[in-house]
Amino acid sequence: MSEPASVFPRLEPILPSVQKPIQYVGGELNATLKDWGKDTDMVRWALMYPDAYEVGLPNQGVQILYEVLNERDDALAERTYSVWPDLEARMREHGIPQFTVDCHRPVRAFDLFGISFSTELGYTNMLTALDLAGIPLHSADRTDDDPIVIAGGHAAFNPEPIADFVDAAVLGDGEEVVLAISSVVREWKAEGRPGGRVEVLARLAASGNIYVPAFYDVEYAEDGGLRAVVPNRAEAPPRVRKHTLMDLDSWPYPRKPLVPLAETVHERFSVEIFRGCTRGCRFCQAGMITRPVRERSITTIGDMVEQGVRASGFDEVGLLSLSSADHTEIAEVANGLADRYQGTNVSLSLPSTRVDAFNITLANEFSRNGRRSGLTFAPEGGSERMRKVINKAVTEEDLIRTVATAYSHGWRQVKLYFMCGLPTETDADVLEIADLATKVIAKGREVSGHNDVRCTVSIGGFVPKAHTPFQWAAQLDAETTDERLRQLRDTVRADRRFARAIGFRYHDGKPGIIEGLLSRGDRRVGRVIEEVWRAGGRFDGWSEHFSYERWMNAAAIALAGTGVDVAWFTTRERTYAEVLPWDHLDSGLDKDWLWQDWEDALAAADDPESVADVEDCRWTPCYDCGVCPEMGTDIQIGPTGQTLLPLSVV
Amino acid sequence: MAREMPVQQPPPVQRVRIAYAKRGRLRFTSHRDFSRAFERALVRARIPMAFSSGFNPHPRISYAGAAPTGSASEAEYLEIGLAETMPTDQIAALLDESLPDGLDIIEVVTSAGGSLADRLEASHWQITMPGVDLPRAEEAVARFLATAEIPVERMTKKGMRRFDSRAAVVHLSARAGENTPTHETCAILDVVLRHGIPSVRPDDILAGLREIAGLDAEVAPVQQRLAQGPLDPVTGTVGDPLSPDRDAAVPNGR
Repeated sequence: MSEPASVFPRLEPILPSVQKPIQYVGGELNATLKDWGKDTDMVRWALMYPDAYEVGLPNQGVQILYEVLNERDDALAERTYSVWPDLEARMREHGIPQFTVDCHRPVRAFDLFGISFSTELGYTNMLTALDLAGIPLHSADRTDDDPIVIAGGHAAFNPEPIADFVDAAVLGDGEEVVLAISSVVREWKAEGRPGGRVEVLARLAASGNIYVPAFYDVEYAEDGGLRAVVPNRAEAPPRVRKHTLMDLDSWPYPRKPLVPLAETVHERFSVEIFRGCTRGCRFCQAGMITRPVRERSITTIGDMVEQGVRASGFDEVGLLSLSSADHTEIAEVANGLADRYQGTNVSLSLPSTRVDAFNITLANEFSRNGRRSGLTFAPEGGSERMRKVINKAVTEEDLIRTVATAYSHGWRQVKLYFMCGLPTETDADVLEIADLATKVIAKGREVSGHNDVRCTVSIGGFVPKAHTPFQWAAQLDAETTDERLRQLRDTVRADRRFARAIGFRYHDGKPGIIEGLLSRGDRRVGRVIEEVWRAGGRFDGWSEHFSYERWMNAAAIALAGTGVDVAWFTTRERTYAEVLPWDHLDSGLDKDWLWQDWEDALAAADDPESVADVEDCRWTPCYDCGVCPEMGTDIQIGPTGQTLLPLSVV
Repeated sequence: MAREMPVQQPPPVQRVRIAYAKRGRLRFTSHRDFSRAFERALVRARIPMAFSSGFNPHPRISYAGAAPTGSASEAEYLEIGLAETMPTDQIAALLDESLPDGLDIIEVVTSAGGSLADRLEASHWQITMPGVDLPRAEEAVARFLATAEIPVERMTKKGMRRFDSRAAVVHLSARAGENTPTHETCAILDVVLRHGIPSVRPDDILAGLREIAGLDAEVAPVQQRLAQGPLDPVTGTVGDPLSPDRDAAVPNGR
């Protein structure tokens, strides 16, 4: 397509009348503005994080792909985010299409429109963006003038609910895949686009890594369930495999973090210190679909931190991963970085720390340049029995010992994350959280010698996810979730000696049911998404925009006559024999291993001593989850034995 | 473990005053956005900042009279305190390179003392109104100037406020602007506003013109501050707030 005109001259006059106009103008430090190039040799991507700019801009996945693509001469990538309803209305009024913030080009002019879904609650925002862009909502209605719409991110591991709206979905790590997709598209364009978009999608599908929903037919059974999902084209493999990036040291992105002018939810530079987690928490989709563990080496981490801080000016560095204290050289990393940045304004943070991996030396290193404001732990299950069921074997003793250490070393606040509605859970399991919080405060007062200690209990409803041992579980209904949370709140508040020291934060159960519908839904759920969007559904991740009633009404209309309803997708337990909507999508996990793990969870519920914990395969023998042999991958961990040298003075 | 008292930070060894511009699409940066961007630019530029004392030391920066979100400016000012001396031309070059395009350093001078904020008595604003023809604008300006008091309303953080937009106006005139692709006519207003409480902004003048003479633009007018500084009571013009510092500085930039 010839170079499209910037929409900025038309956008600019309406910006003064919308909230926080800065989020729509781009101009971030380290943003890349590239020439549109020649159609035959340039592949152009519009990358979207389907939420507001303040949430989407810091997203690591989008920033990484943006940089990986823009480093190449024959590719360009620009970013686009969801516009708030105030601007959406003005854009419709003035006929302004969905635009990128980099060069304000219309999204429809790009070859590819990649959307990264960390959460299913972004689906309605995708429809807004497609519609504003002038791209038909349904893949089937698109022409050769429309971009190829590709979904990625964790939610793409079950893209069936959005199968009608996307042309393709990519499972797994994106760095190499975006380049492979670019090559296929570039070649096809250079050949003069033979066979149109169907041909290019067929070529992508033939790679085995890219799922093209239109190339698969879904057959339904009499009882409303699935009978089979079968390919309808020779290029489409029976199962589409996830992609795994090996050797993270060769991919040290982001190198030039985007620094926005607008305020965003994470004002820091984040370095991913490893990818994957094999702790084996049964509820955790992230831990299941990102196996195996692949570490970045201490020296690469050190280089990335230094370069990122210099290039961004951020004064906080977050060491990201699913369980950061599990890095084999975390102590050396912490110590080396704390030494390097001693006396500067750069502070370090370790966002995800397990109770059993916490140690005070580490915590002290991380707070050397910062404040001891708070520590966060996630026991997830309120009772020891629940923690056995979810395979997060943290004992009460562990937890109390850990918080006692923290309080005695000057920390005043501990945050504890829990889930409500885990399989086999009873009221009593949840009420134990109150007991635990009380013990935490009592211990904190005892070891610190003063009353100025706080504990915040944060609790949300558990949502079963695809590709986990709990994918067969019945989700707890919203009413029971809310009732349990109410009882917990009342119990916490009832004890006046502790009530004021314990903060209680919770989310009601209703959004969780909709997330559950979208997480384990099949293609029929797509009609619900479209219906709710047509009824005004936007920004479903934001409580002030989310409407449960709108979703339930939409579901009643869209699922009428199918024989299934919201409860069928959410609060119903699945059987071993059932065809799951994502069975043709290969995360590497052996389904029989997942089922065995699910049965072990149920056995542990009846008799916590009967079944041993699933240990982490980084330090015990392989337990055959299936990923490494299936994907041809291997665990990549240290220690490397190297250390961080002091930075030379310039 | 008891909390240790924070280390007392030494006072700055050099204070410098910075004139900067907010241009193009970055006119949509709010003051908060700007201050975050500026603090990060200081880090990237490795300016040897002095910090405040306290548990959470902050770099020593004093902002003065920031332009409202959405308005461009060629005349914004702030002052920073340094822990080590640095030539002002070097500060200007390093900072300008470290700030995004559109937030541009105009000049850096060493402070000769006195309050910078106190020197910012008035602003000269230029308001571009595409689609408004000059006679129409002139008539509205005449009616505005002939009126003693023109109450307008504005939504503030404390709710809707009602105040006079006329008294703060030292000068108001209209001239013809260049035609744009979308509009065949264009009027430009020049207005000099005395700073005060409540602060009267160019928006309020537009509201007053709408109120008193029905002057309305088809598209949002673009506001740009051309100057900010001491007010000459005789001529009604706005002077340069940094000239006392410039006059006092030694020629080599220190």
